[in-house]
Amino acid sequence: MHVHRFERLWLVGALVLIVLFIGTITYGAVGAGYGMVDDEGGQVDAANPQASDSVRAPGVYNGSDSGHYDVYVEARRFAFYPGTNEPIRVPANSTVTFHVTSADVLHGFEVVGTNINTMAIPGQRAIVTAEFDDPQEYGIVCNEYCGSAHHTMAGTLEVVPRSEFNATSEVQ
Amino acid sequence: MAHAHDDRTTDTSEQTELTTGERLAFVDRYPAAARITRLCLGMSFSALLIGAILGIVQALHRTNVFRGVISSVDYYTVLTGHGVLLALFFTIFFLSGIFTWATARSLERDLHSFRFALVWFALQLTGAVATAAAIFGGFVDEIPFQADVLYTFYAPLQAHPLFYAGLAAWLVGTWLAGADWLRSYYHWRSDHGGERIPLQTFMVVTTMLMWYIATVGVAVEVLVFLLPLSLGLIDSVDPLLTRTLFWYFGHPVVYFWLMPAYFTWYTILPKLSGGRLFSDPLARIVFVLFLILSTPVGFHHQYADPGIAEGFKFVAMTNTMFLLLPSFLTAFTVVASMEYGARQRGGEGYFGWMKSLPWANPAFAGCALAGLMFAAGGFSGMVNAGMNINSLVHNTLWVPGHFHLTVGTASALTMMAISYWLYPQVTGKRLQFYGLAQIQPYIWFIGMALMSNAMHRAGLAGVPRRTAEPQYQQFSFDAVLGSIPEMRLQIAIGGSLLALGAVLFVTVMLGTWFADRGRGQLRVDSHIPEPISGPSDSPRVLDNVKLWVIIAVVLVAIAYGYPIYSMLADGAFNPAAPPIPV
Repeated sequence: MHVHRFERLWLVGALVLIVLFIGTITYGAVGAGYGMVDDEGGQVDAANPQASDSVRAPGVYNGSDSGHYDVYVEARRFAFYPGTNEPIRVPANSTVTFHVTSADVLHGFEVVGTNINTMAIPGQRAIVTAEFDDPQEYGIVCNEYCGSAHHTMAGTLEVVPRSEFNATSEVQ
Repeated sequence: MAHAHDDRTTDTSEQTELTTGERLAFVDRYPAAARITRLCLGMSFSALLIGAILGIVQALHRTNVFRGVISSVDYYTVLTGHGVLLALFFTIFFLSGIFTWATARSLERDLHSFRFALVWFALQLTGAVATAAAIFGGFVDEIPFQADVLYTFYAPLQAHPLFYAGLAAWLVGTWLAGADWLRSYYHWRSDHGGERIPLQTFMVVTTMLMWYIATVGVAVEVLVFLLPLSLGLIDSVDPLLTRTLFWYFGHPVVYFWLMPAYFTWYTILPKLSGGRLFSDPLARIVFVLFLILSTPVGFHHQYADPGIAEGFKFVAMTNTMFLLLPSFLTAFTVVASMEYGARQRGGEGYFGWMKSLPWANPAFAGCALAGLMFAAGGFSGMVNAGMNINSLVHNTLWVPGHFHLTVGTASALTMMAISYWLYPQVTGKRLQFYGLAQIQPYIWFIGMALMSNAMHRAGLAGVPRRTAEPQYQQFSFDAVLGSIPEMRLQIAIGGSLLALGAVLFVTVMLGTWFADRGRGQLRVDSHIPEPISGPSDSPRVLDNVKLWVIIAVVLVAIAYGYPIYSMLADGAFNPAAPPIPV
């Protein structure tokens, strides 16, 4: 089959680019350690996630080591628990694992301006881990349509200085 | 009766045209196919007009520029209508029209049975009208219909059963249309034993086989789960399973929108440029690659989903990246064909040849501008496809910014532009309001450039898609590039120009429809010159579509077999989410 020389060069160039793209993504996963949301959270009750053994009541918990916290968030039309009525508060210089579930329809859990961005799907527990170095206040939005008041579904995440974080009253 | 003849003063490819003698217009040679094509195009343009009006309402509402038309609750009814009418009905009625034209033209035979074609058209139409009625019933409280579930209709959000039944009927209509074209092909095959499949028919056949593989997902989702759920026959569904079935269909459908554009760029645009296609074999390879790779990629829409192992997301990512290959090849072949045409027209220089292209011909200008924007959309798509950086843009305004370049321009603008060329041939009427047609592609291009760049940047600032309100009480967005008010303004102006572009297009089409046949000779004809490198330069195995279907099915089984099995292993309806009517 006849392929023009320029076209052959273009084809090789395109293939090299594609392999490079796949390479950068593989590096992100293996080298830089970016962990995707995956199936580690397992299945939960679709209408009442807290009824499942793997899901704790909404709130902030001490994690596996010091400086690590687990945050259980339940999304329900049209609020995050916690997050909407009261902010999620975690200390700076911490590693935080979010466990996000939904009690009704699909929702999104996006911490604005970060790469914390996961779907909340009834029947599944989404697990995302992030590191927070400095104190800062972030917005949280539901970025998947969930019904007529979807546009009101938002909240805040406060990363506060360690000195302002009361480990006994704020951690369950 | 007066036949419309080719216009000898056509401003494209004079040399080839002048030597080929008198030819009848398509409508005179294949009246049945022309009639079905006209019906399909009529429905397509109606959906476009309604969808575009809904689009401007949204653009002005969510940017807070003008909110006098709808409430923020009704916004989601508008959004559902905009998505379904434009993404499914405008695009796929157009595809049905142009594929009917293409099989008749390239196989040189009219419809086998006009009545059968009318059946599939009527089924598509009935389904589309029922679906639209279910959606727009949401505006009126007295009407029990509602379907504010958006274009993706994720369960357990629940629409009125009419919405799902309409979609199902429409889908069956598309299947029968494909069967009609395949039947034409088999009839042709029995008369032309050893010949290569004509290129346009090859593209129709590969595209439809891809469609059959892809629509299995949405057919199962609608018929087994969502329609029974909305009728109360079952009381719960597994939201992850139904979502996965949707995206099994939801990515290949974007190629179903795009293939009519690729078909146009490969087989018609070179002629409009003044030349002919650079390489027939490469065109075939590209369509085979789409048949094979379009479906096993759906998990790239579910990178942010729990319940799906990272390995399967990685497989989908790899397949997606390789899907860049046919688009890169297309960029080369199309630009090379345009350059060849420009040089035939006297163009010179490394880049100077571009000045010799027929930029005042609306069919050419629209296709070329659409191709240019598709390149930009391709690059933003690479970001979406990147599994880890996708987290920064997932479900933000970046995503509609991206697909308004792809389906909203590469497909939509090409469809409109080539209608300026196609519609006169299936009606025998000269295009009216030619001046409006000439400016229309540029208006669309400018409108989309404004709207899409701003949507991309707003997405980087974290602004979500699919929301009626521009801001939240709890916090404000920090723009990375530019400012949020400036982006809103660009979206509002861009969206208004796009609506204007759609209205101009429909005006030209209506004017042509109502014009008399005798008013001026046609400027166009459906003769397509032979490619520079013809089909005999390629291996015959390319035409072995059975082989490609088998490979496609194997790849789908690898990508989807285990994940679907694991979702079904605990029962098809578990975890059980009860329906939530909206």
